[in-house]
Amino acid sequence: MNVDVKMAWRNIWRNPRRSILTMTAIAFACLLLVFMLSFQFGSYDTMINSAVKIHTGHLQVQAEGYQDKRTMRLVVPDPGAIGSILEQTPGIDAYTYRANAFSLVSSEERTYGIVVIGIDPAREANVSTLKKVIRQGSYLSAEDTNQALLGELLAKNLQVGLGDELVMIGQGRDGSVAATVVEVKGTYNSGQDEFDRSSIHIPLKHFQDVYAMRGGVHEVVALGKSLGAIPAIRKAVAGSIENEDPKHVLVVLDWIDLMPGLIEGIKLDLISGLILYCILILVVAFSILNTFLMAVFERTKEFGVMMAIGTTPRRLTKLLLLESIAMTVIGIVVGIIAGCLITWYFQVHGIAISGMSEVVRQFGIPERMYPKLSFLSVTIGPTLVLFITSLTALYPALRVRRLRPVEALASV
Amino acid sequence: MHLQLGWRNIWRNPRRTAVIMIAVVIGVWSMIFMGAFHRGMINQMVQNGIATLTGHIQVHYTGYRDDPAIEKSMAEPEVVQTILEKRVPPGARWTARVRVSAVASNARHSGGVTLVGIDPAREAQVSFIGEAVTQGHYLRPDDEYGIVVGEALVEKFETKLGRKLILMSQDTDREIASRAFRIVGIFRAEMEATEKQFVFVTLTAAQRMLKLEKGISELCIVLPDRHEVNEVADNLRAALPPSKYEVHKWRDLLPLVDAYLSLFDTFIYIWFLVVFIAMGFGIVNTTLMAVFERIREFGLLKALGMKPWWIMRGVLTESFLLLVMGMAAGNIVGLLTIFALSGSGIDLSAFAAGAEWAGISRVIYPVIHAKDVTMANLVVFILGLLVSIYPAAKAARFTPVEALAHT
Repeated sequence: MNVDVKMAWRNIWRNPRRSILTMTAIAFACLLLVFMLSFQFGSYDTMINSAVKIHTGHLQVQAEGYQDKRTMRLVVPDPGAIGSILEQTPGIDAYTYRANAFSLVSSEERTYGIVVIGIDPAREANVSTLKKVIRQGSYLSAEDTNQALLGELLAKNLQVGLGDELVMIGQGRDGSVAATVVEVKGTYNSGQDEFDRSSIHIPLKHFQDVYAMRGGVHEVVALGKSLGAIPAIRKAVAGSIENEDPKHVLVVLDWIDLMPGLIEGIKLDLISGLILYCILILVVAFSILNTFLMAVFERTKEFGVMMAIGTTPRRLTKLLLLESIAMTVIGIVVGIIAGCLITWYFQVHGIAISGMSEVVRQFGIPERMYPKLSFLSVTIGPTLVLFITSLTALYPALRVRRLRPVEALASV
Repeated sequence: MHLQLGWRNIWRNPRRTAVIMIAVVIGVWSMIFMGAFHRGMINQMVQNGIATLTGHIQVHYTGYRDDPAIEKSMAEPEVVQTILEKRVPPGARWTARVRVSAVASNARHSGGVTLVGIDPAREAQVSFIGEAVTQGHYLRPDDEYGIVVGEALVEKFETKLGRKLILMSQDTDREIASRAFRIVGIFRAEMEATEKQFVFVTLTAAQRMLKLEKGISELCIVLPDRHEVNEVADNLRAALPPSKYEVHKWRDLLPLVDAYLSLFDTFIYIWFLVVFIAMGFGIVNTTLMAVFERIREFGLLKALGMKPWWIMRGVLTESFLLLVMGMAAGNIVGLLTIFALSGSGIDLSAFAAGAEWAGISRVIYPVIHAKDVTMANLVVFILGLLVSIYPAAKAARFTPVEALAHT
């Protein structure tokens, strides 16, 4: 071992109590940051995945302008062509077709204006969670025509049960009146109140007949293998779609375009989190600055002796930096290990947050939150800590260069 | 004399004292500022919620909240209104509304909305709509076919002022009632969702359209002081027969805001604690250093007959002074920051969609809450003194012989 390193190491343990306190402060900051960032990242993942799985999917092909206006006539006229493009694109797990129409839906007792969604039962089951959240009755089968699935809350509002009939009146693609009678085949509870209160699903074939869609759909929804692969898939799909007629342009939208609020909400949360962490690290930095400072001022005489016997100021600076960096690194390593252990425990067992249930129902996140360890969540916090504490350590280490051997020796 | 001695002791090493004080100042500042920021955010959430047609207390026909349908309306509003006039405190304002879900359509689009029939003069005193109209005019009592809609709805429906909008809803005979209205006013709201959801017509127009005669869906009350809500609500509950009427407080009507309120409280206290722990390490370490440097001094004092308890008191006095000064400076800086920002607010427009999604306002005005400030200071002060006991006890335990032998 190098002499300087050895000296720095021994210097640290000259005052074990102080060094341990300093290292604990650093470890505490790292532990907290590792846990909090993992928790944030974990909850974002859960939020994105559940939002994607409940309805929007990772990617959608739509007619240009449909996303904002939701007008019946903005259709994807030949969904089969898009489907075959998606099939040839690597990285796509599943895809399905959907069509939406705002309609008046009446039971014997009640009438509500809601969005009727036409789905392809077999394909839908691979893309969204709809099939898994059926609570009563059963999911649509391929032969069904005038059968419907609706949210539990909507069923309650309409006062209908399984087997009851609903009348739907809306406007077809060509502006004609569209009307049909459907039978309630099942009800679902997705956990997201807004969705359960405002949606009703019928088979796509029947939808296309009733709403005069002439084979068209509104959305081609695709699910990728992972979130990270989506930009590449989007590019590939957009490249393969041929937009010959400028009046009917098809666009590819990813989950960020489909749910702009979600990603901005995440950014807002992340940034406010980072501000909090920076303040916290600053407090820690000032708390340990004294330890670093004292390491210099307590030992003025010692430095005087060292300089008198020929140690260069440069070497003294190096020695001091070695001491503080060694303490920081030990603190950080301990913090990361402890942070990972704690996070890992909760990653397995989950955290139930009391008072969350209303928030949960609004955003459709599960009541138990699972933090998620990842390379980023483990490294961001400690890197910030390392950076700020190193800056802190720099001041005393440079101060020592101003010492003059004679004056230093004279001090007590 | 203790104070004087402590005061002089902490300034024996000004640099060290300054460093630890900066840590305390930043800590206290962040506690106060973050507290005020979140308090402001929640307050705005509550205020928005209350102004967006919720009010402080609402009275409905029993069962309306679970099933807000037309037949769950109050057929004899006069009865309730006379009781109301007697039971609400002076200065309270209230209004009657018809509120049903409806379908709005024009030649190009159709979509679901909430149709609200209002008494224009009274409503203006209760909710946001009185001052929210930016184009055209607010409803007049004789606007039989006038409708006020939100800006976002106008965009979605590709329509404009003066155009027609047809509303459809279920009337009391369970038939579909429809009526054409003309857009006389366009309003803006804090949340885009509000602009898309609500359309306003006069109470009489809504009653006529839905064949309600004099019936109304809800009575909405705003009290002069938000804290009287429980008392007034209990009072009303006692006076109104529960078989016919139900009384709700805003906390029941806005469960999401209520959940946020308790969540944020917890969050703030956790934040206080975390910042304190970070600061606590510094306080302990600095005090320990100050103590170990002066081992000889303490030994001498003890040899001269000073009791251990006095030494402990001396060290604690030093921490006390350090904490008090740091807290004072932290409070001043914190309050100044809040004061500086309270005029313009903190603009979150860059994350407008995110803010909307999370249900918070586009601009946050920090709010100083005596409870938060006291809590922050108490945490720092009490825990700060508690952690200083460790170095103080160390100082008190040196025996004169070993201390004097120490170099």
